[in-house]
Amino acid sequence: MSDAPSREVARRAFASEFNDSSYTFKESDDERAPVYALLPTGERANRVFFVGTLTEKEDIGDDNEYWRGRIVDPTGTFFVYAGQYQPDAAAMLRDLEPPAYVSVVGKPRTYETDEGDVNVSVRPESITVVDADVRDRWVVETAQRTLDRIESFDPEADEYAAMADEHYEMVIENYRREVVTALEDLEDEQEAAADPA
Amino acid sequence: MYERDQGANVSHRKQSGDEKAMSDLREHAEDIHEQFSDHLEIDVDDVESRLSNLVDEYRVPVDEARRSVTNHYLDEAGLERDALGGGGGGGSELIAVGDIDEDEAWHTVEAKLVDLWEPRSDSIAQVGLLGDESGTIKFVKWAESDLQELKEGAVYRLGNVVTDEYEGRFSVKLNSTTTIEELDEDIEVGDDAEEIEGALVDIQSGSGLIKRCPEEDCTRVLQNGRCNEHGEVEGEFDLRIKGVIDDGLDAHEVIFNQEATEDVADITLEEAQEMAMDALDTEVVADEIADALLGKYYRVAGPVFGRYVLADEVEELAGPTDVEDTLIKARSI
Repeated sequence: MSDAPSREVARRAFASEFNDSSYTFKESDDERAPVYALLPTGERANRVFFVGTLTEKEDIGDDNEYWRGRIVDPTGTFFVYAGQYQPDAAAMLRDLEPPAYVSVVGKPRTYETDEGDVNVSVRPESITVVDADVRDRWVVETAQRTLDRIESFDPEADEYAAMADEHYEMVIENYRREVVTALEDLEDEQEAAADPA
Repeated sequence: MYERDQGANVSHRKQSGDEKAMSDLREHAEDIHEQFSDHLEIDVDDVESRLSNLVDEYRVPVDEARRSVTNHYLDEAGLERDALGGGGGGGSELIAVGDIDEDEAWHTVEAKLVDLWEPRSDSIAQVGLLGDESGTIKFVKWAESDLQELKEGAVYRLGNVVTDEYEGRFSVKLNSTTTIEELDEDIEVGDDAEEIEGALVDIQSGSGLIKRCPEEDCTRVLQNGRCNEHGEVEGEFDLRIKGVIDDGLDAHEVIFNQEATEDVADITLEEAQEMAMDALDTEVVADEIADALLGKYYRVAGPVFGRYVLADEVEELAGPTDVEDTLIKARSI
């Protein structure tokens, strides 16, 4: 049992950080080895979990259905793409009427545009409809996980921090500021909901 | 691990003629010979040649070959597997119940009888939970073993119990070779329960409406109407979820039994059966459960068995989340 490959953890990152995670790598030469996207705060992500508002969906496929969804969090937009190999997620996008709060479990994917930019998107394993409380819980949890990464960010001591230091030019402080903004927005919403004056 | 290493040696041996594999087979043969010494007149060379035939000619892994050869002699002697003591002179080693992580291993445990359960069949004399400082483990005492009655709350030294594994959960079986000695001491039973919190990120196959083998003390989950042990059987319906709860740092595999599933998914076994009957498909139940539960947050508490946490208590983490503390931290870094 101990040599069964352990399941990849679903990392928590806000859209702004996730969309900056354009550097991908493998831990071994094996063709089937998992591909990781490198989060700029110094963590590898083979899977992510996020909750946001589905604001738009579009079938951009030619012969086959291929759905693109825009899912918004307090810092930016996650792009999810689901086609025939993700039938459950594709059916979900087909049926859903935006706007809707959704939970998404999925794998990071990158592709290079004609202009040479690297876009980061999500290939969903599952999409489910949730309520605003689940979204809020995710925002707080993701803030905590992001702060933990920022606090322990040390390229001298940690290999993924070192990797981020080498491959990215982002300023870590910016991600902390976005965490603060995300939490402030949430607090304002909660106060407004509690006191509808 | 030990046996896997042996298997690796054997496959190397084909190319390199490694002498070690040969001596390993000899050791296994001597072990088996020892086990049967009270029951059967057998020759170590004969045992070794049987092992060697399976391993070298038929490329059977050593542990499988050993099991097969042992079974051969059991048949010959007209014995049940339980009739054999552990290997090596009948003295099994003392182990903490929390360290038991291997199937069909012989051990001695010193543990308190924490809980007695209602036996589900006449072949079981007593069944319940044993505990020591390291945690708890299920035990079964067979009726035919004709052992003394164990009392709840008492502490025992149980020699020569054999382990059993099912879906990552270990238990110990008391058998006719087991020695029972009541100890005049108390044991502080360790709490091996774990509490985890996180998002339910996956519901695995084998979830929803399932059928189990109705044979006594079996309860294996049927695959296409077949039990691995008992073949084609008329299954009994059950409801469960095998899921993954993930907090962004660790992914925990969790099993919700019928009660926990009914509770968390708000569906009864009867409703699930009706739903499957209407759809002519049991899969609809798992789909329905996934729609209702995936991507939400839960707190789950229960004992750890192998790689699974058994969800004795489940609570959905609904309602508002406190922002203040995290915001203070975010501003202070």
